[in-house]
Amino acid sequence: MLFADTVVAEPAVHKPKIMAIMLLVGMIVFSFFGLNDTIFGEFMRPVIGEPTESGLFGNMAIGLVLSMLFTANIVLIGFLPFRYQVLLVWAELLLLFLSFFYSFGLNFEFIRSKIWFMISQGVFTTLYISAVSITLASMVAIVGAVAKLSTNGFAFAIASFYTSFFRGLPLLMQVYLIYLGLPQLGYVIDAVPAGILALTLCYGAYMTEIFRAGIQSINKGQWEASRSMGFGFALTMRRIILPQAMPLIIPPTGNQFIAMLKDSSLVSVIGVWELMFLARTLGNKDFRHMEMLITAAIIYWCLSMCLEVIQSRIERHYRTISH
Amino acid sequence: MPDPIIQMTNVNKWYGDFHALKDINFIVNEGDKIVVCGPSGSGKSTMIRTLNWLEAHQEGTIVVNGIEMHQKMKNVDEVRMDVGMVFQHFNLFPHMSVLENLMAGPMWVRGIKEDEARKTAMKFLERVRIPEQADKYPGQLSGGQQQRVAIARSLCMNPKVMLFDEPTSALDPEMVSEVLDTMIELAHDGMTMVCVTHEMGFAKAVADRVVFMDEGAIVEENDPISFFENPQHERSKNFLGQILQH
Repeated sequence: MLFADTVVAEPAVHKPKIMAIMLLVGMIVFSFFGLNDTIFGEFMRPVIGEPTESGLFGNMAIGLVLSMLFTANIVLIGFLPFRYQVLLVWAELLLLFLSFFYSFGLNFEFIRSKIWFMISQGVFTTLYISAVSITLASMVAIVGAVAKLSTNGFAFAIASFYTSFFRGLPLLMQVYLIYLGLPQLGYVIDAVPAGILALTLCYGAYMTEIFRAGIQSINKGQWEASRSMGFGFALTMRRIILPQAMPLIIPPTGNQFIAMLKDSSLVSVIGVWELMFLARTLGNKDFRHMEMLITAAIIYWCLSMCLEVIQSRIERHYRTISH
Repeated sequence: MPDPIIQMTNVNKWYGDFHALKDINFIVNEGDKIVVCGPSGSGKSTMIRTLNWLEAHQEGTIVVNGIEMHQKMKNVDEVRMDVGMVFQHFNLFPHMSVLENLMAGPMWVRGIKEDEARKTAMKFLERVRIPEQADKYPGQLSGGQQQRVAIARSLCMNPKVMLFDEPTSALDPEMVSEVLDTMIELAHDGMTMVCVTHEMGFAKAVADRVVFMDEGAIVEENDPISFFENPQHERSKNFLGQILQH
């Protein structure tokens, strides 16, 4: 939460001026789209006559009605308490998106016939690759962060070269470089390990910076207190510094995990049967691309939402143990 | 006469070009209670922090508990285990309860069993008179309570000497006395102590010697009565004049 102001202002959407502006802008925007020949025109037939022949008048009339509904909706939501506002706005936006997808005229029978394979093969592979990669990336990140903070020039040079290189190259290129480049050295690597390696190295580089910032944010006094009791470097790091850095490290790491879940789709270019690969290939035979892509999109979104929930749980856990 | 616990001989230290410690010679014998005072920036905190090597010195020798402190030393943690340190800002571990703060040292580096560490921890919490706070977190305690926990945490390691680096400077006035009382009790129990502090009442009550520092050098070292009644140096007189004015 932001700092809560003690002075409660009237909601902006309840000021007559703002309402009038919303109504006007809404009308112009909706009219601009020329909705005569859509379902809205049919609804308005009693007022505007034959929709396709109603011209500008029809457009404006439809625009006005939609704009009034829109404004009334926002003004009414403005009266609700926070919790209900959130629920209602979410529901409305979701409805809009679903009707957007629905307007594609999707073949749900086709989706039903493929979805179990997408989940059992695609989701499993995606989750497996992401989970292994994020675990390995965290380990790389701890080592990288310590190296970047160390006074040893050798360690610092390697770590900074590593983060610079892998943050500087597009992930897609790294996937190709590892999958196609390593065999040049005589080591033929399978697609899945190549994907995991690329994701680990790339996200390890980003997370190195996250861990470094987390470790650096801990007061020097904690190091002094710990070292002055005779705790060694490793013990201090593991039991004193990292546990305190965790609340700072977890939100951006959760972010990285969600990003990785979706970036794992890049591994599909080397033929790993994960979610994106299946979404692109399953629809090919029947020219049902949209069905599979939208299904995959919704699956990705559901997975990210699960991760968001897990992240907020972990954050709460760390917040409660420190106070 | 046994060897002194701490012996500094001709110690010099620089921060870049700044000469922070100038030819410090300083001895602490077992059972000594020494108060180090001086104006801010005089090097007293730097000096006490070189004693457990939180700061490195560049010239001279520092021998603590029979071990010489130098750049290549392997056993700095061994020295630190036997030298307790209390900081101005307490530096308790905020993610651990009071009891865990006290048990960590004995369990992790002394290899003491959990049951015994708990018993020791409770003993020292009772000694600093806050056993009822054992399960709270440092953030829930007042400044004075936190500093007493910090003292107890050091005592749990069973140190040979305790260093105090301005232990009451960050406290509200009404909390200073509870910390000082704890320190006075500790002194009466025979603990060897080196305290950087401006609490002259404490110095008069327990100190065997008062060390006055200015501009990185020890200007005067004397027993408290002579130091307060009859300071030898101009700078000591000025300093005492300033802090005793009010």
